[in-house]
Parts: sequence; structure tokens; C-alpha cells
Amino acid sequence: MRVFRFLARRLLYSLVVLLGVLVVVFALVHLVPGDPVRIALGTRYSPEAYQALRSASGLDRPIVEQFVGYVGLALSGNLGVSFRNGEPVTVTLLDRLPATLSLAAAAIVIALLISVPAGTWAALHQGRASDAIVRVATQFGVSIPDFWMGILLIELFATTLRWLPTSGYAPLIGDPTGWLRHVTLPGSTVGLVAAAIMTRYIRSAVLDVASMGYVHTARSKGLPPRVVTIRHILRNALIPVLTITGIQLATILGGVIVVEVVFAWPGLGRLVYTAVAARDYSLIQGAVLLIATLFLLINLIVDVLYSVADPRIRLS
Amino acid sequence: MTVDTYDRRASWRLALRNPLTLISAVILAVIVLAALTADRIAPYGVNKIDVPNALQPPSGAHLFGTDELGRDIFSRVLVGTHASLEVAAASVTFAFFVGVTLGAVAGYRGGWLDTVLMRVIDVMFAFPVLLLALAIVAVLSPGSTTTILAIGIVYTPIFARVARASTLSVRIEPFVAVSRTLGTGNVLILRRHILPNIASPVIVQTSLSLAFAILSEAALSFLGLGLQPPEPSWGRMLFDAQGFVHLAWWMSVFPGLAIFVTALAFNLLGDGLRDVLDPKQRTLLDARRKR
Amino acid sequence: MRKVALSSRDLRVRIGAREILRGISLEVEHGQTLGIVGESGSGKSMTVLAATGLLDAPGAEVTGSSVLMGEAGSAPVQLVGASGRVLRTVHGGRIGFVFQDPGTSLNPLLTLERQISESLEAHRGLTRRSARARALELLDAVGLPDPADRLNNYPHQLSGGQRQRVMIAIALACDPELLIADEPTTALDVTTQAQIIELVRQLQRDFGAAVVWVSHDLGVIGQVADSVTVLHNGEAVEQAPVLDVFDRPQHPYTRELLEASPRIDGDVAPPHEDAPVLLKVSGLDVRYSVTGPVGSTVVHAVRDLSFEIRRATTLGLVGESSSGKSTVAAALTGLVKPHAGTASLAGTDVFTVRRADERALRRRISLVMQDPFASLDPRARVGAAVAEPLYVHQLAKGKRQRRERVAELLELVGLPADFASRYPHELSGGQRQRVSIARALAVQPELLILDESTASLDVSAQANILDLLSQLQLDHNLTYLFITHNLAVVRRMSHDVMVMRVGAVVEYRPAAELFAAPEQDYTRALLAAVPPARPRASADPR
Repeated sequence: MRVFRFLARRLLYSLVVLLGVLVVVFALVHLVPGDPVRIALGTRYSPEAYQALRSASGLDRPIVEQFVGYVGLALSGNLGVSFRNGEPVTVTLLDRLPATLSLAAAAIVIALLISVPAGTWAALHQGRASDAIVRVATQFGVSIPDFWMGILLIELFATTLRWLPTSGYAPLIGDPTGWLRHVTLPGSTVGLVAAAIMTRYIRSAVLDVASMGYVHTARSKGLPPRVVTIRHILRNALIPVLTITGIQLATILGGVIVVEVVFAWPGLGRLVYTAVAARDYSLIQGAVLLIATLFLLINLIVDVLYSVADPRIRLS
Repeated sequence: MTVDTYDRRASWRLALRNPLTLISAVILAVIVLAALTADRIAPYGVNKIDVPNALQPPSGAHLFGTDELGRDIFSRVLVGTHASLEVAAASVTFAFFVGVTLGAVAGYRGGWLDTVLMRVIDVMFAFPVLLLALAIVAVLSPGSTTTILAIGIVYTPIFARVARASTLSVRIEPFVAVSRTLGTGNVLILRRHILPNIASPVIVQTSLSLAFAILSEAALSFLGLGLQPPEPSWGRMLFDAQGFVHLAWWMSVFPGLAIFVTALAFNLLGDGLRDVLDPKQRTLLDARRKR
Repeated sequence: MRKVALSSRDLRVRIGAREILRGISLEVEHGQTLGIVGESGSGKSMTVLAATGLLDAPGAEVTGSSVLMGEAGSAPVQLVGASGRVLRTVHGGRIGFVFQDPGTSLNPLLTLERQISESLEAHRGLTRRSARARALELLDAVGLPDPADRLNNYPHQLSGGQRQRVMIAIALACDPELLIADEPTTALDVTTQAQIIELVRQLQRDFGAAVVWVSHDLGVIGQVADSVTVLHNGEAVEQAPVLDVFDRPQHPYTRELLEASPRIDGDVAPPHEDAPVLLKVSGLDVRYSVTGPVGSTVVHAVRDLSFEIRRATTLGLVGESSSGKSTVAAALTGLVKPHAGTASLAGTDVFTVRRADERALRRRISLVMQDPFASLDPRARVGAAVAEPLYVHQLAKGKRQRRERVAELLELVGLPADFASRYPHELSGGQRQRVSIARALAVQPELLILDESTASLDVSAQANILDLLSQLQLDHNLTYLFITHNLAVVRRMSHDVMVMRVGAVVEYRPAAELFAAPEQDYTRALLAAVPPARPRASADPR
């Protein structure tokens, strides 16, 4: 089956990239000038603590063996322990993961709700005033620093208008209304910037599709404009929209770092920030690995959706 | 991007006719000028603490007001211009040279070199930009050199990808094939035919990357992991302003505006250049097809 | 009985200050075909789009009148300036359209059934089920094999010719009074073209629609049309029944066009029996792999090919698409490495050449490609392009010598020397091909390969280039490998002809013999498919 072969290839490719990711993540610790163990211990240094941490992290074995060991452990879910507080990295990561996921989800939903209509509208009215407005707005959105926007939004909606809380978190599962209240500002911060990027991409994709021969054919059949727009233009622009959504989701996963800090959102991003500040290398490694893996997973899902949406891949 | 109706002089004239491009070029000129002359024209010292005058709103004496330590925000924003532009320029230059060279050579030669480069780029793209930059900062310790290196490394893949993609499309153009059949060597082809023809998307990418570099440096500095105090940076100023947003709006508005306007100017310039340098090949294809 | 289907009067199209169409009037009758012929830029596509209200170029103003007369039951409709709603009932419902490029004219994500049934739903109000039945009928009527299976296929699963059949099915779905075919066979092979022409003719007989057929190819027009309109620069310079246009052309431009069109029954170059062999190819085999999203396959582009070219003669290499003819050129010029085979150019081995000797070999075989727009670096001036091989092979030392030589070469191909300072986009297609020829001749090659070098040019530009090439061959004793799909051109230029099909030789003989008495069925089919020089007696009653 063609689909099977296509997905198998994509899976294989993802695994190769994953291997590369593992190499990079592994190398991080070993590229630190100076002694990572010593740096992590900082003022708590003592010869015994040093040795203990060193062996616990496996840093006293040859590099290749360390790498293989690392991969083995990682695949089985063991990402070591935090240099800072000794807790298992995996546990800490999984603890923080839901918060980031729910934030990313909220952001992408907001982004899609804005960018798909805006991008399509602008493309279909190319050259007219509405198109110009959208183009200028997206330029603004792409150039604005997200943390600045976050600060300003807090000032406006939380401090001044008091409609929403200034910071904090409530889990989606357990306190949905609380979650909604808390996620609105950070989600909008991330989502609006993502919307700006996606709108431009979607606009360009729809323009490309609208100029294709088959759209001309559809018009020559005398089909109502709505049918032409939906069945011929949008349906074919779906694939590029899928692409940009996948890419943006990955970008969001990395971009939430700053927003989580501004809004005190207890997710992976904030964790990475504190880990970097404290030079907690095993935690940094674990977090980076997790996020990169999530990214690859998202791309793989996008590929699956492609094979459903595009008959050229499904059938020979 | 493939073949376009290229006319060097007309391109630049066309670029400047777009009002947005013109405005952004002027704004950038002003910003660069400010960066270069910052030390001389800043009315106050960057770290001149003057607590009695803390948290003053904008006035004749302090154009952008003062912060919680009484420092003049206008001077700090001005000197911060120098710092930010320097980081942006240096990191993008790094990414440009390394990325374009790798991308063009790999795209032209193909084979295992290309495959390896593609995989490396894919691996680097698997990490979100800021995350990778942070990881690099974690490895090398924060500072301006680290910031430049981090941003530079993180942006190299995009230049490599753009250069590779356009090299690939130029490489299959008939005029390249004909040159090869005439015996022209690879180096000459790269120099004379490939590089000039991939210049357009690469130039556009440079402008856009400068915008992103400004934003990335600001984000890193905001987190305290970019430019380090006492060097003034817009991002760090915003971080410090967080506690005072309600009391002293000028502390968060002006540095933020500085970042925003600079990034916007680079983005608009990039867009304007793209419209001019990269005419839709579609029209040309249509012209070719209508025999 | 004369029944007019479409009557257009004084159609004008203005974009900004420019008038693109200047007062075109035409008429087409039921059951008859109007052929519109012209070169690129003549406005032929624009004419039919304006006449049917389908023109949507931004800023275009259409004036004049174009009335769809209607048959018993339907009222006449003025199409120029009509409202969107009126036009939408007409388009697809009373006028069907077939466009040029089957590759992009069909929505890749919709099944064939859907693409046909959406017209039926929109205009006839049919349910999905009855629409499906009708779609099946239509696919059968256009000669698509296994129509029931095909209904659920997607466009990418069909060949170019099959896709055009589907386009025709779509166009005829609602039984329109008028069928507009805008260059429908231009992108197709000559044999497929013949099939489509025959299909449309038959459908016209069966359904009685009026047909407007637009083409740049006079031969095709001669085959399909009952009356002809010749367009030049937005004006209709001649309008007459087809036989009159061919036998008694009135307008000088029409005469030019007829002269320029290469004729399948034209003169053949005399054979050069005793010229020494310049190039000898033996057992050439080329394969390469193609990678898609699903995996890679190996394409066997050329199989066990052997041929010879004698000095100062032209070998015409003919084939349809995927015949492997361009691959032969690629192999001989070093762009592609052959899997097996040998080639010897006056004693020197072409395929196994040492790196050190490679450059010297490249001097001896030269290539001119098809696309005049893409064969020249858009960022290099004409002079630089022609001088490049001079520089590479040190054929002229120093800037001044190179400049002089470039001037000589440009004059050789009929271009003024001051063209050297121009950029390619300032030149026309024909002029660019001349530059490419000048560049190819700069190295004074022993063998010049012309790979579809005139295929993208207008008929008049093509005629000029062919004249130039013939003249150069006579003056300088040049040897050509002339690759083309156009049999009439081959006939004009070649001393010997080799017909290729799917990578293998079908027939390989002196031109005079091949055209007089083709031996292989495929060759015969190819020749039969070529539109004849004179229209067939189209007086037979339909």
C-alpha cells in the first residue's frame, strides 16, 4: 500500500533526525567549557559530592559508551536526575508537560481562528483595502516582541480592567473555567504572534492556489463563487495550511519559554529557563529532548494527515 | 525563484517607489545613525544612578522618563540600540556566510555532501529557535559573545536552506546546463551563474533574519541570559520594568517600542525587497507557455 | 440552413491605456467549427475569453457585443457586460470550455466523477446519483477506457491525453450549444493530438455543437476548421472559409504564416552519400532513478541505441515525449553518464574521457536547448554569455579580442553587434535563440546538437531560425543532430532520420526514403497524425 510505504519512509526519516537530536542533546553537556559537575555543584562542592554526582551522571565512562547508555536510558524513560535538586528529570518534565501542552493548544486554536479567515480573506481580496489592512497588521504582529505584548496585555486586562488574573495557572482537567481564565492572556500573547505568521503564509498559499489552472476551469463551469472558493481554492490550500500549522506548533513549543516566565505559567518553558539559569544540565538535556521529540511527533502526525488529504500520495 | 526579468537599475527604483519600503529604509538609517553616535549624543550616562529623580515621567529633561534607579531611559535606549544592532549584525553575518556557503555548495554538488547537510539542517530545525539558543547559552555562559554565537548558530540553518533551495532551482535551469556542456568549470559556474541568481532570496532572508535577531536578542536579554548588565539592553530593561508597569508606563513602553520599531523596519524592508527582487515566476511561466 | 450560435461584433479589450483587442467580429454556426489562428501575443485567447465573458484580467475593459444566439427554447444572451449571475448560467451550461494544459486544469484533489458532476448539479439540478450516471456516459463518449473504474480516479492517475478527454467530457456535460477549445492539443503528443481532434469532430457530429478552436498551429486549424479567423496584433486580418485561406490567402500576414509553416510534404534535403562519419554511437544505454514521496523507480530512458552522423549532414532525431531523445543529447554532452555504450567523435571516445581531456572534448560538441527564456542567464549580458566559452577555452585572449569575436558571432547569426550590451529580457524569443546559437558556435564545434531549439518559438520565428541553421550548415559545413517532435521540421532539416520510441530505435533511414515509404507501423502512425499541409476536403456534409 502506497500510504504505508510513504509513512514508513517518513517514520524512518524521523528516527534518523531523532538520533541526530539525541547526539546534539548529549553533546550539550560535554561541550561545556570547564567541568559541568563542578559548575552544577557550585558552592555545594566537596570531593565526595563531586564523585557521587559524577558517577551518578555516568560522566566517568568513555564517550561512546556514555552516549549509548544515554540513549538506552532515554528510550526507557530515564533521563537522569536534576543536578539541582536530585529529582528524577522524567518526573519533573511530565509534571510540567500538561501546562505547556494546554497553553500551546490554546495558542494554536486562537491562531487558527484568526489566521485562516484573515489569510483567506486577504488573498481573495488581493490589492484591495482589506488586503492592505491584513498585510500591515501581520507585519506588526510579526515584529512585536511577545514578552512586551504580554506585559502590556497584563497591564491592560489584568491590572487596569481587572477582567483577568495577572498570572498563575489552573489545570485544564480539574478546573476548566479557572484554566480558561488563566490561559486567556498568555494564550493570546502566543496565539496572536503565531496568527500573524500564519496569516501571511496562508494568504500566500491561497494566492498561489487561486492562480492555478483548475480554478479557472471551475469558474468556466459557471459554478457559484462560494463553491469555487471552498471546494477548489480552500480545499487545495488545506495542505499548505496543514504544513504551517505543524511548523507553528513546533515554534510555539519553543516560544512559550518567555511567555511562561512573564505569566508565571508552570510549564516546560519556565522550567528550561530556571534550569539554564542554574546550569542544571541534566534537566536542560531532558527538556530539550522532550520538546524536540514532540516536534518530530507533530510533524509525523502532519504527514499522516497529508496522506489522508492528498490523493496523489494515497494512490498511484 | 527561477528566471526573472531582471533589470538591475529598474529593480532599485521600483523598490524605493513602494512607500513602506522607503519609510523603513529611512527609519533604519536613523536607527543605525543613532547606534553609531549613541555614546556621543546620549544626554546622560547609561548607568548614572539618580535615585531622587527615580520614576519620573517623560519631560524636557528626560525624554523617555527615568527608571526606578533614576537612570535616564532615553540614554539607555539609545546605547541599547548600539548593543542590539551589533549583536544582530554580527550574528546574522555569521549565519549568512556559513549558511549560504554550505547551502550553495551542497545544493550545487549534491550527493552525500548534500544529504548530510540536509540531515543536519533537519536536526537543527527540530529544536525551536529560542530553545536551542538557550541551550547554547547554558553551555557557554551568558555574555554578548555567547549571544552572538547562539543566535548565529541557530539562524545558520535557515540561510543554508534558502541558499540550497534556490541553488537547486537555478542549477536545473538550462543556462547552467549549457555552461556545463561548454566546458565551464564548477567554480566559475557557481561564481558567475549561481550566486548572482540566488542573491535575491538570500538578501530578503537577510533582512528578515535581522528582524528576528533583534527579537531573539531581546528575548534572551529579557531572561537575563543575553547581554549582561551593566551593558544596557532593551530586553533587560523590559524585564526590570515588569514590577513598575502600572506606576511608570514609560519604563516598559519605550524600550518595547524600540525593539518593535527596529524589527518592524527590517521586516518591511525585507518584504519590500521581496516584492521587487522576486517577481512571481508565474507570470513568466505564463508568458513562456503562450507560444 | 445557417444557424448562428455565437455572434460577436467589434470586440475591444483595453487594459489601462493599451488596446489589446481592436474591434474583432466573428461568427460561428451550429455544427461548424471556427478556427482562430495567430502567433503569441496576437490576442487569440483573449478574444475567446472576451467573447464569452470569461475574461477576468484585472483592469481589463471589454466593449462591443457578443451574443449567444440560443437554440429553440433559449433566448439570446448578450455576454459582454453581462452580470455575474447571467454569465454563471451560461458558462458550463450553454458554453463549454477546454483549456490548454491538462496538467493543471483539473483539480488534483477531486475525483473525476466529482469534477464532471459539479457542472451537472449546478446547471441541471441533478442529484448525485443521476449525475454519476451521466458522468459515466460522458467518460464513455470521450473514449476513456474502463469508464466505470475511472470515475473514482484522480487526475494524476491519468495521462495527458486522457486528462484532455476528461476536460472535454466536463465541457460537454450539460450539452452546451458552444464549445470553446483554447489550444487544447498544444501540450499533447502528435498522435494523441490526432486522437483528440478526431474525438472532437465526432462529438460535434453527434451533439451538433458549434466549436471555436484556437491554435497557433495552422496545420491543426486546417484539419479542424470550417472557417478561419487569422489574428495578428489584436486584429482580425483575414476571415474566410478554410480552403480559401489556404489556397487564396488575401492578407500578407496570412501568406507569411503559410510560408513559414513547415510542411510535411515539403522538400527533403538531398542525401550526402559519401561524407565521412563524424559521430558513431553504439549500444547507448541510459538509466536514471526518479524519487517520489513513496520511493524511487528506475527509468530506462535509452535502450541499446546505435546510430551514425556523417559530416556536414543533419540527423533528425524524432520522438514523442518520453522517447528518450533529449537523454541522447544529455549523454553526448556529458550531462548524464550512460549506463553502457560507446560513442566515438572522429576517433575520440566521448563517454570515457579523462578529467584532463574533458574540457577539450566539450569544445567539440555543442548544445542549443529548447527554452529561449531559460537558456540565457538573466543576469548576464548577451555579450558575456557568448564570450563565456571563449574565455573558458582561451579562444580569444584579452577583453578586446573577445569583444571582437563576439561581434563576429552575433553578426553570423544575424544580430547587430551592439546587442552584446543588452540583457536577455530585452530580446525576443527568436533573438535569444540566435544568441544561444552564437554561443554554441563560439567554440567552433564539430557537432552541434539542437534539442527542440525551435519548439518554443512562434511559427515565423521558427522559420527564420531554421533558415539560419540551414544557411550556416551550407556555409560552414556544420554537422547537426536535430532533435524534435515535429515531423514537418524534421523533414525540412534532415538528411537522415531516426525515429525513437520509449528509448529504442523504431526506424532509422535516409529522410527521403523514410518519408516516402515508412516501414514501421509507429512511423506510419506518426506521419498520419501530422496535420496535412492542406485541409482535408471539409465539404462533406455533417
